[in-house]
Amino acid sequence: MQEILQYIFSGITNGAIYAIIAVGFSLLYNSTEIINFAHGEFVMIGALSLVTLWGSFHLPLPLAFVLTIVVVSGTGLLFERFAIRTVKKPDHIVLVIITVGASIFLRGIAMLIWGKDAYSIPPFSSNPPIDIAGARLLIQSIWIIVISLLSVVALYFFYNKTLTGKAIRACAINKKAAWLTGIPSGKMVMLSFVLSIGMGAVAGLIIAPITMCSYDMGTMLGLKGFCAAMLGGLGSLWGALIGGFILGILEAMGVGFVSSSLKDAIAFVLLLLILFIRPGGIIQSKDVQRF
Amino acid sequence: MLKTKSFKKVILLIAIIVTGCFIVSLPAMAREVYKIGGIFAVTGRASFLGDPEKKSMEMVIKTINDKGGIDGHLLKGIIYDTEGDPTKAAMAVSKLINKDKVIAIIGPSLTPTSLAVIPFVEKAKVPLISCAAGVAITQPVKPWVFKTAQSDVLAVAAVYRHMKKQGIKKIGIITVSNAFGESGKQQLQKQAAEYGIKIVRTESFGNKDTDMTAQLTKIRKAAPDAIVCWGTNPGPAVVAKNVDQLGLNIPLYQSHGVASPKFIKLAGRSAEGIYLPTGKLLVARLLPEKDIQKKALMNYINNFETKYNSSVSGFGGYAYDAMNILAKALKGTNGNKEKIRKALEGLKGHVGVTGVFNFTKEEHNGLGADAFVMVRIHNGTWELLK
Repeated sequence: MQEILQYIFSGITNGAIYAIIAVGFSLLYNSTEIINFAHGEFVMIGALSLVTLWGSFHLPLPLAFVLTIVVVSGTGLLFERFAIRTVKKPDHIVLVIITVGASIFLRGIAMLIWGKDAYSIPPFSSNPPIDIAGARLLIQSIWIIVISLLSVVALYFFYNKTLTGKAIRACAINKKAAWLTGIPSGKMVMLSFVLSIGMGAVAGLIIAPITMCSYDMGTMLGLKGFCAAMLGGLGSLWGALIGGFILGILEAMGVGFVSSSLKDAIAFVLLLLILFIRPGGIIQSKDVQRF
Repeated sequence: MLKTKSFKKVILLIAIIVTGCFIVSLPAMAREVYKIGGIFAVTGRASFLGDPEKKSMEMVIKTINDKGGIDGHLLKGIIYDTEGDPTKAAMAVSKLINKDKVIAIIGPSLTPTSLAVIPFVEKAKVPLISCAAGVAITQPVKPWVFKTAQSDVLAVAAVYRHMKKQGIKKIGIITVSNAFGESGKQQLQKQAAEYGIKIVRTESFGNKDTDMTAQLTKIRKAAPDAIVCWGTNPGPAVVAKNVDQLGLNIPLYQSHGVASPKFIKLAGRSAEGIYLPTGKLLVARLLPEKDIQKKALMNYINNFETKYNSSVSGFGGYAYDAMNILAKALKGTNGNKEKIRKALEGLKGHVGVTGVFNFTKEEHNGLGADAFVMVRIHNGTWELLK
């Protein structure tokens, strides 16, 4: 029992991180139908920015938090403005390949800025882990779970209750029609980029204290997040959330009950299974389209 | 008139060119330069190994050249970066052998890269002195492959000896899923019985994983007396943090792969009380004066620190030893590779920074059990254990 609980704790901690990365994938896919393979690198930039701002410059945590999101979203803005919007023939496949290139570029830049070493920073609050029936839960895990849930809820309200959110959704459904009704679709796409990459920054922020941050941490996280997004149903907020948690918990259970060498394989086997059996993901959006 | 003038000019020009050639070719009249290849993971994840190794090799070459080289031959180091990637290492070695025509190679830094290049040097018959720890590099013996880093055989022996003294009988092991971890795991399993130790649980982790509590929970269930983690940064630092998080009140042993101040920095408070085997370099200042290696160690540390203005790491010592050993072996060989190989095999009693090397036909690592000491991390620094 104690073991199962510990596996679940481990699973939901990782799951919350996968979920919030998956949300970033979904947000962008929703409004542009691009899968941004550089997303993991933005998570990395988020984590390393926090290392610098909080760990080295000793800014107050909330300020470092906000600044990091601003910096990373700003990078995302530049990315959209200079790498995506300038493309002459914006076919999806071309844009996706641009994101792959961007990920290599960003990793290189990060290596130049932060060097090749790994960094670690202390947790947000220094309380000892909580003991629940013999299983230990880190306070940082609670931070991670709370922040990722809050982010998704906030996004949900943004998309369903605010005019700007609705405008983005309108663009996602039909760009031309939205443009005809006077919605500046170019701006909406840009906003989607900023939001999606901002979520990446949040993922990087909350993960930084529990792991080691280095310039090459983003790729695997990005791939796992992508698996989670596919699993839950690409384009769906709640799907991303569910996909993330399922992936995290299954990974932990797989390590616990089968073998720890299978950990990474689980994510990709799940991805294949979902593509074979239910290509739309668990929460299937109606007008799902794939390459 | 005009013609003679231009004729004179031509003569003058030829004279200048000829003298110029002579001046340029003067150094070439000295003995042929010995070209030594170096392949290290200078950038990438393992740069903490490759970077000091590259610097140490360059430092030794400079010292030798300042003294006039070996038998009048100056040395030239040609160093390539593998980024820790076996494919790139193989490419670099091919380049060193075929294009640069080096007479010997130092490196690579890692076990996977070393294993990847062995077939190339064996085929081309070029002596290679690896700086990686994996025992598979020199066991079974390959005629052209040597290494200076302590094998994990010795590290495991040092850990088990310490455990035996502490009365530890049952252990759980958690190893990184790469060649370093696999090699460590094999040695841990192979030598356990010899020290009356039973491995009750074997787990592994990916070096980029963010959380290892699931594996550690599984180990906890088996109720061992101690945990051994075998890996290189940053994974083991996460293991240390997770052990602390789970409140496992049993000793944690790490491998020599994390024996650097970086590990203490990464693991923070969780590093406290961890045991690990390390080469003597890390604790050189704590060693008693009578230690046979003390002089060599302090010499290396002082030279390196004054030249590069950064602190030494044990890893740079592997390349330092490799280059010094090679320099000894090069004497009187006139650059003949077979002679170099023979000289390496016959080298005895070389007091290096990693240990005292005694190579034989069957032993291409040449180190004894005294190459490792056990340390404990206490108050953010190392404590030498007797």
